[in-house]
Amino acid sequence: MVAVVPTSAQASPAQVAQRSSKTGYALLAPGMLWLIVFFAVPFITLFLTSLQAPSPTQAGKYVPAFELANYGQALADYWPQFIRSFIYAGIATALALLIAYPLAYFIAFKAGRWRSLMLVLVVAPSFASFLLRTYAWKTILADESFITRTLNTLHLLPEGRILNTWIAVIAGLTYNFLPFMILPLYAALEKIDPRLVEAAGDLYASPTTAFRKVTWPLSLPGVVAGTLLTFIPAAGDYINAQLLGSTTNRMIGNAIQVNFIEFRDYPTASALSVMLMAVILIMVFTYIRRAGTEDLL
Amino acid sequence: MAASPGNLDVQDLHLQGLTKRFGDFVAVDNLDLTIPAGSFFALLGASGCGKTTTLRMVAGLEDPTEGTISLGDADITKLRAFERPVNTVFQSYALFPHLDIFENVAFGLRRRGIKDVQKQVEDMLELVELSTMARRKPSQLSGGQQQRVAVARALINHPGVLLLDEPLGALDLKLRRQMQIELKRIQDEVGTTFVHVTHDQEEAMTMADTVAVMNAGRIEQMGHPADIYELPRTVFVANFLGQSNLIAGKRTGVSGDDVVVEARGLTFLVPSDRCSCTTEDMIVGVRPEKLTILDKADEGQVPEGHNRVPGRVTDVSYTGVSTQYLVDTPWGQELGVFEQNVVVGDRCDVGDEVVLHWAPAHTFGLDGSAGATAGSELED
Repeated sequence: MVAVVPTSAQASPAQVAQRSSKTGYALLAPGMLWLIVFFAVPFITLFLTSLQAPSPTQAGKYVPAFELANYGQALADYWPQFIRSFIYAGIATALALLIAYPLAYFIAFKAGRWRSLMLVLVVAPSFASFLLRTYAWKTILADESFITRTLNTLHLLPEGRILNTWIAVIAGLTYNFLPFMILPLYAALEKIDPRLVEAAGDLYASPTTAFRKVTWPLSLPGVVAGTLLTFIPAAGDYINAQLLGSTTNRMIGNAIQVNFIEFRDYPTASALSVMLMAVILIMVFTYIRRAGTEDLL
Repeated sequence: MAASPGNLDVQDLHLQGLTKRFGDFVAVDNLDLTIPAGSFFALLGASGCGKTTTLRMVAGLEDPTEGTISLGDADITKLRAFERPVNTVFQSYALFPHLDIFENVAFGLRRRGIKDVQKQVEDMLELVELSTMARRKPSQLSGGQQQRVAVARALINHPGVLLLDEPLGALDLKLRRQMQIELKRIQDEVGTTFVHVTHDQEEAMTMADTVAVMNAGRIEQMGHPADIYELPRTVFVANFLGQSNLIAGKRTGVSGDDVVVEARGLTFLVPSDRCSCTTEDMIVGVRPEKLTILDKADEGQVPEGHNRVPGRVTDVSYTGVSTQYLVDTPWGQELGVFEQNVVVGDRCDVGDEVVLHWAPAHTFGLDGSAGATAGSELED
């Protein structure tokens, strides 16, 4: 924070600068404190836990160590879940984008007075709990459900069913994170001046070209935000895989959960968590750099 | 496509029976208009008069309810915006924020797959004096520079007609004057027909060869700015374009080449060829700068045959170049007078009894059946 204009006649610029920089720290303090207590400390604890070794004296207990081999072991045991997580989350994100973009476009440009109502409808499912909605999908996709029977009649299901297959997991992920895709897309599209599209048309761009050259690039910040907000939680999710998938569809979230809660193998669970965070972080940075939207975020 | 600006195949723009309705509201009402090739044409009117709707129909951004638009012999009414050889400088410019200046200007060329984009864009940026800004983004430019980019982006396509929608509205006064001259220079250089929509009468008069004053979806009067100003044909034009003193009266006879009008117990002469009506109810009009103000005591100096009105000065505004008086007539109407400050110290004061006079040749006669206020409250 830099003070340019003295606030009172007596205060020298230096005093004012000092005072306002103090104000800056004061404003930052609550947020910093929160992050330290609930993010930095737990993360360090998690990281240290991931390096612990089994206690030589007590079975089931772990002692501080520098056991980097935990990472190698965890990866060797759970690499299929890792890969599966990113594939499922990737497909779900792509599907969500395909569904959300036309919808957000319609709400932003064509909905007129129905705009607010439609936005409420987009968010409305979130009023019910995440768990409850996923359970509902168990019924929707059940073997005897209308959807499954119809698709089976048409011979469109390779395994003859949806529930307990990868299709159900991806469907659940897509559905559950769809609002996180729609809302940033809507926010980005809504900001686009319709006159820019008119100007493109005036400059010999057909409606398709105008979309490709003007609307799409200007909506990229929304696309980037929406895909991140969908991909990141989807990659770490375990509820959809657990409720809608079979044991062959388990994701990395399930592995972490099982190791923490059931096996009580804290170092492995922690190592998996740290790796998941690291991989996502690397992917996000590469993605943002590729999309060329660093200055837009 | 022409290789360089200046040797264009420019054609007349014809609007025939052009009408646009939004529900019950008639925005543009059966407009017939020919805009000659290569002219700088201004559509002038208050907001909501239909001028922008007319422009948008020509651009292809709005479909006419009725009527046709043609360029030369080619009917372009049914062509979509991107198929028309017409380009627009949008109000507040609508520059593409994600593209740099070069790509903004190149946009139209690239869409049509034209070769040697590099050279053409460079030439165009030179014409608008922005060569050094090619790699900047629009947000890094000042309002005046953005305005020039908008002009360059449209002009590079050698449009048959260039449409300008309130192009200077977002600029401050000084910059606006500068851009008026600039646009005029560019038009001279490229020779394209410019159709300019504005609510600013001064801007329209300064820039255009032909001004059409629009009101309620129709054209009230069209012509060279000086002709319209000196001889308005309707009360709306008299009030909207500059200021006018309008006195309502009745036609009582003819004296030589002049129509005699009685009003408020006074007699006025209006040249017959300066009367736009044959009605009995008439309005006598005169522009404020055509009036001469004299002290009551000097009434003898009023030339023979001049129209005259007695009154009392109620307000004096000294602006340096001129002095503006408000003079209260015996029937309570206030008349405005502009006088050049040619003689130092010789001014009337508030409360002075005065007489105003002017030559009949500066008088105009209007149809008085609809009152004398149309357009006066619309001064933007």
